[in-house]
Amino acid sequence: MKKILGIFALLVAVCVVTVLFSDRFLTAYNLENVIRRTALFGIISIGVAFVIITGGIDLSIGSLICLVGCGLPWLLSVKGLPLPVALAAVLGASLLIGLAHGLLITKLRLQPFVVTLCGLLLYRGLARGLTGDQTQGFGAAHDGLRWLATGKLAVPGLGGFGVPMPCVILLFVAIAAAVFLNHTIYGRYLLALGRNEQAARYSGIDTSHMILLAYVICSGLAGLGGTLFVLDVNSAQPVDFGNFYELYAVAAAVLGGCSLRGGEGAILGVVIGAALMQVLRNMITLTGLPTHIEFAVIGAVILVGVSADEVVKRLAAKRRAAREAVVG
Amino acid sequence: MTAPATPLLEVRRVTKQFPGVRALRSVNLSLGRGEVLAVIGENGAGKSTLMKILAGVQHPDSGEVRLDGAVIELRDVQAAQRHGIALIHQELNLAGNLDIGANIFLGREPARFGFVDRATIRSESAKFLAPLGLDLDPDTRVDDLPIGLQQLIEIAKALASRARVLIMDEPTSSLTQHESARLFQVIKDLRTQGVSVVYISHRLGEVKELADRVTVLRDGENAGELSRDAISHDAMVRLMVGRDVSQFYERKSHAPGEMMFEARAVRTPAHPRHEINFTLRAGEIVGLAGLVGAGRTELLQTLFGVAPAVGGELRVRGETVALRSPIDAIRSGIALVPEDRKQQGLVIEMAVSENLSLASLRRDQRGGFLNRPAEQAICDEMIPKLSIKTPSPAQPAQFLSGGNQQKVVLGKWLALAPRVLLLDEPTRGIDIGAKREIYALMDRLAAEGVAVLFVSSEMEEILGMADRVLVMHEGRLTGELSRAELGEEAVMQLATGGKKPARE
Ligand SMILES: Nc1ncnc2c1ncn2[C@@H]1O[C@H](COP(=O)(O)OP(=O)(O)OP(=O)(O)O)[C@@H](O)[C@H]1O
Ligand SMILES: [Mg+2]
Repeated sequence: MKKILGIFALLVAVCVVTVLFSDRFLTAYNLENVIRRTALFGIISIGVAFVIITGGIDLSIGSLICLVGCGLPWLLSVKGLPLPVALAAVLGASLLIGLAHGLLITKLRLQPFVVTLCGLLLYRGLARGLTGDQTQGFGAAHDGLRWLATGKLAVPGLGGFGVPMPCVILLFVAIAAAVFLNHTIYGRYLLALGRNEQAARYSGIDTSHMILLAYVICSGLAGLGGTLFVLDVNSAQPVDFGNFYELYAVAAAVLGGCSLRGGEGAILGVVIGAALMQVLRNMITLTGLPTHIEFAVIGAVILVGVSADEVVKRLAAKRRAAREAVVG
Repeated sequence: MTAPATPLLEVRRVTKQFPGVRALRSVNLSLGRGEVLAVIGENGAGKSTLMKILAGVQHPDSGEVRLDGAVIELRDVQAAQRHGIALIHQELNLAGNLDIGANIFLGREPARFGFVDRATIRSESAKFLAPLGLDLDPDTRVDDLPIGLQQLIEIAKALASRARVLIMDEPTSSLTQHESARLFQVIKDLRTQGVSVVYISHRLGEVKELADRVTVLRDGENAGELSRDAISHDAMVRLMVGRDVSQFYERKSHAPGEMMFEARAVRTPAHPRHEINFTLRAGEIVGLAGLVGAGRTELLQTLFGVAPAVGGELRVRGETVALRSPIDAIRSGIALVPEDRKQQGLVIEMAVSENLSLASLRRDQRGGFLNRPAEQAICDEMIPKLSIKTPSPAQPAQFLSGGNQQKVVLGKWLALAPRVLLLDEPTRGIDIGAKREIYALMDRLAAEGVAVLFVSSEMEEILGMADRVLVMHEGRLTGELSRAELGEEAVMQLATGGKKPARE
């Protein structure tokens, strides 16, 4: 909880700075946009958080988003498949990819970094190959489905501001994920095995199945994210759609309190981490900083964030010990 | 030997506070040149904390440490090493992925033209391994060694640092009697060379044999001191516990009940050539004796499904069971308290409560959801029952003293109410009061009809607790001794591959 407070403070600070430097931040249009992007990235970040909690990593998310994002319109427009079939195909493929990652990692005992790095190369190449490297989109079709990503639920009395649909989806995903992680035995199993897989196995936990599950969740949410991303922008270029998204997702998870050593993580923190990154991007656009330094700014802020977090933690521990020394 | 006027090392009024726990309160300690000082005390008394302060691992809140009369600053481990203080940690601290030689010289690698001089490491390593009776290739990876040998490597590493003050925190907890005896010889040799040794152990027999003087800690404070001729078992216990502890082994004889567990021609992956046969009845406590490396741990791991059998048949209550994973074993009512609590027993960063309930989550679940009241109930039962010393159930297990961690592991398995309880060195690192509680607990479980099989390298424990003893030697079950046949000699005979002495 303390960890989340720190990152939340950082988010508020960045928001305040942006408001001070730009009067466009607090417009309904801009806020909706930031929230929509936050929600989309939040969904994929929650997925990778599960993998990070097991002590693993998933670098293939961005490419999987590309595969799904290009694959869906390609199946619909080029291959002419009916919508339910195409949707089932891309989401099913995502889950299968997660299953494959999990099997390679638990059965063949390959390292997650290696497996998903290969995935990163493989799925983008696959997407480019399938589509002949041509930009894919829905054109004017499938507006009903696109509403899931572009639509909003009007909030009366807020002057045209509406809650973007992805945010509603994120809410469902986040609540389900938080309940799963904190209130089911399987969540506890994931946290335990992330810390010490051997002790977890000795306690009668089927660690292989749990790790498998984490990778399936991760790829599944990446598939859902990829679908929503392409529905949102209506155009996906195989060569760079979803580029670097895995890094945004990992960064959000780490900012939100996941330890890359495993066994630690909170869903709310991950969502705030995703929000922080989107607000940063927004700040760069609004304040007129050159957008090509975006990565540098984000990198610097993450570094400051995690360092400050560590410093605060140590100070707090010291103060607590000192206080108790006086009391005790 | 009495300490000379200025002791070599002196600790004055050292205090150390951890969140929620005052580990040391104005503790004093002095150590003479060439003196062997034993520091004893119950689990959580603060022994390891005091030693970590001397080794620069932890820092006191107040108080000072003097060496040769001058105050020294022990900022980090390197500083302590420069002052000639070396600590052999209670918990193993080796780089498992490196070989023996690399570990012994870790941080002090002999170099030649800037490259690590492997030839020197090889030849020098042998010098420190030999006195411990180790004839090992310095190129062996440490991970591939059994835990007892790893402990000896740790000791060799400390010897190689050529310290003036050598601190050993429960060095014999995973050694056999034979290996311990060698270590004692090494310590006595060091003493004659003028090296001072601080020796921590829960085994009072060892303390009596080795120590020139004993310092006792209780609840983070000095509880007293015993000079050489005042050292006796009872005096030490009285100072540690604050009262007399009588009747150590509590063993009521129970009529063995129904057949609980049978191993028929079972072959373990570690020693697939040997077939193992034995039975356990309800209410029986059976000891499993043998030297380190005899295959006792491997046998328990097979019985618990960690290393599934490669042949033979296992039966629980007359029914054949396939134990392919701990899940299968738990389902059949089998529990294992493993040997290595840090690696296998605990998720060390998790709370005491989460560790206690970990194995029971599945049983207590409510359709996949955590059952918090049940979790709470386990804590409420186990923490007092095992007298686990922790500021709260939410305390991460890593901050408990070694002995209390072991009790958490025990509690985790008792919460499952197993029918067959396998214990691998259950009292390792546990203080005398807690030991007695654990023995009483084993006895009570047996009375309730649990079949108990325990591995122990402590002869006293085997003789005191077992109704029957199985002895292993190099992966083979060399014999079985009934209560009437039981004796130190008979066990050692079988443990070294000999025959059961004829009794006619
Ligand atoms: N890093 C830490 N953080 C919080 N509490 C700690 C820490 N290390 C030790 N303690 C607590 O300090 C007390 C003393 O612990 P210590 O390890 O020194 O005991 P010990 O005498 O070595 O016991 P044992 O015989 O079980 O090894 C214990 O109550 C323990 O829980
Ligand atoms: Mg200790």
